[in-house]
Amino acid sequence: MTAPAASRSWTVAVRQRAVRAFPPDQLLPDKQPIYVAAWIYVFGVLTLAAFLVVLLSGGVLAIEGPQWWHTSSTGHFFNSLHLWSVELFLAFMVIHLWGKFWMAAWRGRRAMTWITGALCFAGSIGTAFTGYLVQTNFDSQWISTQAKDGLNSVGIGAVFNVTNFGQMLMWHIVLLPLVVGVIVGVHVLQVRKRGVVPPIDVDPIDLIPEQGR
Amino acid sequence: MSTATAPVSASAQRAAERNWQGRYREYDLVKEFVVALVAVSVLSVALAALFSSPDEKQINISQWSRIAPNDFVATAATELDRTSGTATYGAPYTHDPSAAQKIGPITPQNWLGVTHPIDTVSDFVVRPLSQVAGDPALTAALTQWSAGSATQQEGWASAYDDALQKAPDNDPNKVATADYGPVPVMLSSLLKVAQSGGLDGELLSQGKFFATDYTKPLLFIADGAYLEDQARAEHLGGDQWGMMKETGNYPGQAWLWLYTVWYQVKPFSTSPNADALVWGLMMLLTPASSSSRSSRVFARFRGGSRCTG
Amino acid sequence: MTSILTRALGAPINLNHRGHYVHWGVIQISVANLVVIGLMVAIFAAAILLPFPKGRGRK
Repeated sequence: MTAPAASRSWTVAVRQRAVRAFPPDQLLPDKQPIYVAAWIYVFGVLTLAAFLVVLLSGGVLAIEGPQWWHTSSTGHFFNSLHLWSVELFLAFMVIHLWGKFWMAAWRGRRAMTWITGALCFAGSIGTAFTGYLVQTNFDSQWISTQAKDGLNSVGIGAVFNVTNFGQMLMWHIVLLPLVVGVIVGVHVLQVRKRGVVPPIDVDPIDLIPEQGR
Repeated sequence: MSTATAPVSASAQRAAERNWQGRYREYDLVKEFVVALVAVSVLSVALAALFSSPDEKQINISQWSRIAPNDFVATAATELDRTSGTATYGAPYTHDPSAAQKIGPITPQNWLGVTHPIDTVSDFVVRPLSQVAGDPALTAALTQWSAGSATQQEGWASAYDDALQKAPDNDPNKVATADYGPVPVMLSSLLKVAQSGGLDGELLSQGKFFATDYTKPLLFIADGAYLEDQARAEHLGGDQWGMMKETGNYPGQAWLWLYTVWYQVKPFSTSPNADALVWGLMMLLTPASSSSRSSRVFARFRGGSRCTG
Repeated sequence: MTSILTRALGAPINLNHRGHYVHWGVIQISVANLVVIGLMVAIFAAAILLPFPKGRGRK
């Protein structure tokens, strides 16, 4: 049952707005422009997949708490999984960034896609940093006592105290993943909204739609 | 991929703005994501199984004071005469605006004030010692300390610190004979408390039960030379590109290269304001990089490029 | 189950030995980081140069 166009329901308004912005076949299309057939385009989804593995492995570590991995070989394995999935996540993200930069992917009103992507990058670096701080080993001790100097020197350390383990743990497992997750979501929706950016030198033959479509 | 010599053209920009009217191909997004997830999961499991992850043991104050007792006592002496790194730090630990690093004329380090106050004399030395029971010599020393004026206390502590610096190997047993007041008894007692593990607990708990803030024990350890010696042996020092590195042969945080590179070169590497200058610079560069306008300028300067499908 | 996991989870390649570093002027980089960066550059180049499998249905 469709609501009348002048409905005062907030639910209807939100639904209509959402469907207008992202019609279902644009949100989950089953076809892409021909130029998307290139390996450089897979690094976005690889980054997203790695992000999920990071979250899941981190979730397992959360079940038993931050000290589990020091005394359990299963815990140590999940710590290793978390570390290597983070390395893959950052590696795929940077390769994705290289590709997007060199194809000037902000073209075609895609500035918000670029900006949210950059925020994801900065946010991920911050999240990884807090992760190193909560390992509860020598590395955490060294990194915290060094990083405090950089952050204190510009005043940030007065509120973001890297030597406060409790604070850093909560930033790492709650605040930052939430914020980064939301920005990732916005970034992906931006890609769906504007479409994948075409290459700078579009082959003229690809501009012609095929006959009998 | 070929590199164009011309910047991104207006027609390329317009082509990007139009909804794609050209050819399409079937593309299964959900299958692509599932394949990517399986691939990344398999790769992560393989890497974790092959290489594991590093776990260098924590250094607590008890170990430090047993392995390097001279370094411990020398550090405690600097906490007592307020010449340690923490005591002379300024915000957010101590009230000394002149200690702040500068970016030109401004000192952002001072803007939010002292939010984590630390009094190195009472927090690191006197308070932990006052918890010790059944030691008459220590009780007498503490009584003498608190009865002394601020000038007297500073005199005793500085004299002992200077003498310790001059002693061979900073060994408290080889300090020149002089009047240091109660300081030698206080510091040798503090060493015993540290070696027994009591100082780790006291600095963390501060008289409370639940504690998750390790600022005080970390700052105390970092004021000594032992922690840094271990780190530099693993090439983790700030002037060793340490920010990018991990212990052993593990890859580190390679993405931090642009943060650490400045610390290696002049004028940053020789400046007492290196932290403020580097982090101030990075706070400018980070949002600038997220700006599509500045990226466009850079791409134009580089001549742009073509990534063809 | 735990003992099977324990046996399976011991790392065959131990990276906990003394690190190896490359010095080039002011640059000092660990071999591990160099390998990671080198792999990333190689993968990026491969992504640009390698052909993508031809799609089945073009519309």
